[in-house]
Amino acid sequence: MKLAVKDAMRCVGCQSCMFACSRRSGNAGLSNTCIGVKSAGGISRGYTVVVCRSCENPPCANVCPTGALVPKEGGGVRLKSSKCIGCGMCKDACIIDAVFWNEQDNKPVICVQCGYCVEYCPYEVLELIKDKKGVSHD
Amino acid sequence: MIDNDTLSKVLYIDLSKKKFSIKDRKELFEKYLGGTGVATALLHEECPKGIDAFDEQSPIIFAVGPLTGVFPLASKTCAMFKSPHTGDLGESHAGGRSAIAIRMAGYGAIVIKGKSELPIYLSISNGKVLFKNATTLWGMKDGSIAARVMRQNEKGEGLRAIFRIGRAGENMSTFANVTTETYRHFGRLGLGAIFGSKFLKGIVISGKQAIEVANKKEYRTLYDKIYNEATESSAMKKYHDVGTAINIKSLNSMKALPVRNLQASSTDEIEQVTGEEIAKNHLARRVACAHCPVACIHLAYLREPYDDDPYFYKTTPVCYDFELIYSLGTMVGITKPKAMLKLIDIVEQVGVDAMSMGVVLSWITEMYEKGRITKEDINGIEIDWGKSDDYIELVKNIAKPTTDFLKASAKGVSYASSVYGGKEFAMSFGKNEMPGYHTGPSGYLGFLLGARHSHLDNGGYSLDQKELIKNDLSPKQVVDKLLEEEAIRQVLSSIAVCFFARGIYDLKLVSEAIKLLGFDFTENQLMEMGKQIHLNKYKFKMREGFSFDKLEIPERIYETKDPTGKITKEYIKEGLDYAMKLIC
Repeated sequence: MKLAVKDAMRCVGCQSCMFACSRRSGNAGLSNTCIGVKSAGGISRGYTVVVCRSCENPPCANVCPTGALVPKEGGGVRLKSSKCIGCGMCKDACIIDAVFWNEQDNKPVICVQCGYCVEYCPYEVLELIKDKKGVSHD
Repeated sequence: MIDNDTLSKVLYIDLSKKKFSIKDRKELFEKYLGGTGVATALLHEECPKGIDAFDEQSPIIFAVGPLTGVFPLASKTCAMFKSPHTGDLGESHAGGRSAIAIRMAGYGAIVIKGKSELPIYLSISNGKVLFKNATTLWGMKDGSIAARVMRQNEKGEGLRAIFRIGRAGENMSTFANVTTETYRHFGRLGLGAIFGSKFLKGIVISGKQAIEVANKKEYRTLYDKIYNEATESSAMKKYHDVGTAINIKSLNSMKALPVRNLQASSTDEIEQVTGEEIAKNHLARRVACAHCPVACIHLAYLREPYDDDPYFYKTTPVCYDFELIYSLGTMVGITKPKAMLKLIDIVEQVGVDAMSMGVVLSWITEMYEKGRITKEDINGIEIDWGKSDDYIELVKNIAKPTTDFLKASAKGVSYASSVYGGKEFAMSFGKNEMPGYHTGPSGYLGFLLGARHSHLDNGGYSLDQKELIKNDLSPKQVVDKLLEEEAIRQVLSSIAVCFFARGIYDLKLVSEAIKLLGFDFTENQLMEMGKQIHLNKYKFKMREGFSFDKLEIPERIYETKDPTGKITKEYIKEGLDYAMKLIC
């Protein structure tokens, strides 16, 4: 299963998906969100919705000096938190800015493609699809 | 409240010394939750008695609530200040990303005092405040350009709020606003002028923290309940679909919509500017405040050809809602959508309260029509009802006034009419220009009681339409109902919930929701808190010179037909006398 952006043009910028993603940790706020909704150069131009595309040869994992990011079969990565030293190289390596950062823990937060956020998008911007690459970052 | 919740942190900023400090004010938040309650308490602490609103020590206070960043629809920031427009309580609420950004940056409130010696903007993130030189941004004719520059220079995309003033704020028009996220405003009562007086062009604030909850399972359950109501209830759907503009048609047909400075209460030419027609022909996009799935913000696209270049168009996004269609539409006799959108756009550019500006324009038009001012008074501009292009020139001239009359007009109709006459049709109440509801006596009593900042945030117009239109209610009954509703709304604005969500957040739900943040208040205790906050506001107003005896009521409201037929001097007086006994 892959998280994908179905139609960013329908995004209203409510960020309900971002709050949902962070809420998986149990707490409120935005510290653990792995989705980025931001204006596309001013709100009147609509929004850019950034989600992890779960690359098959992930640049973020390739640059990780400690092996904390482990590529998954079929694409994407898994974070072994105990190995992570918080260097931030993975964040810099992702050119769509889909490696998000938990400031309090000083570690990356990585999308696990669970689709929890999809349930909290009232405008059908996001979808969880089978065996197909996400078409994120409109 | 939960021990490590950063809600209790108050950020104090001194613009004179370019210093900041952070204090823990847990006791304030435990007493008043946040938002309006805490901001009112801070205003009492920080604003010296009788001070000029533009004095260096005059404070700007922002406060958010415990539910901000925790539950949907709790995305309002309450601004509190001494109003340069009325001389007493200044309160204004805005959404956008403002509240989420303040809460996520780790603060429950911000207090700004002092005065910079040169234009600056503030960049607030990671526990720091940077004071940035904004000299180059000062004096720009379109406030959105300054916002764009701040956007390009600062980090925090998607997580930040950008506050800024326009030219009117720089020139200290007493009804200048502060805009956030391009289309949301601390609109009423002149916060923009206070920014201007301090040489504060704007604020960029961002953050991304976690907020701990007392019970994770209960949190998710309650979240889902609120979220489902927000996305599925018909009460919220109306704000999303056509939006508040849907009321234009019904208020016009019941003769409750101010037209041409309330010389009439309906127009036969409403067809093209009803909410439904604008949505059908001009609506381009709907957007939302952060953490609110409703998306009530309606943006129209205005497409105008350039006269000197065929097939070349200027396309401008313009935000509209009920109050704008009233104030910059029917109130000034404009019933053509493009003409209205153009006028709204210039009002956005200069950065003033759209409702006050509409009332100022309509009062000036009537003054001119009656020959009580000359063309020279308005810098040679020929104005008439419905003439949008001339009004656009007039708006620019009020934002940067050159004649004595325009300077007076930049302080609102109450002040201008005290100098030039025309009080009988200067449509302000408690010195604040009227909203678009000529619904009946409850609406006007609500404006006059004026404990709150603005338009639909008083229950009066609803009482007129639901009760007085068919039943008799005494003025005392109306005042009792208004004050009861007011107490509830103080609670809502203290937890920083949008008033559009008042149908979802009843006091029972509020009590349950704040419990997850460690606040233990029963419904009755919340109601008592609401009454106390309300009284705290009146105490500030009275301290600064507000008096029921001094309220001016324009004769016009008694002359123009309304749906109830019950707006009489006797009715209003009885209501006010009763309110005065209750409050003073």
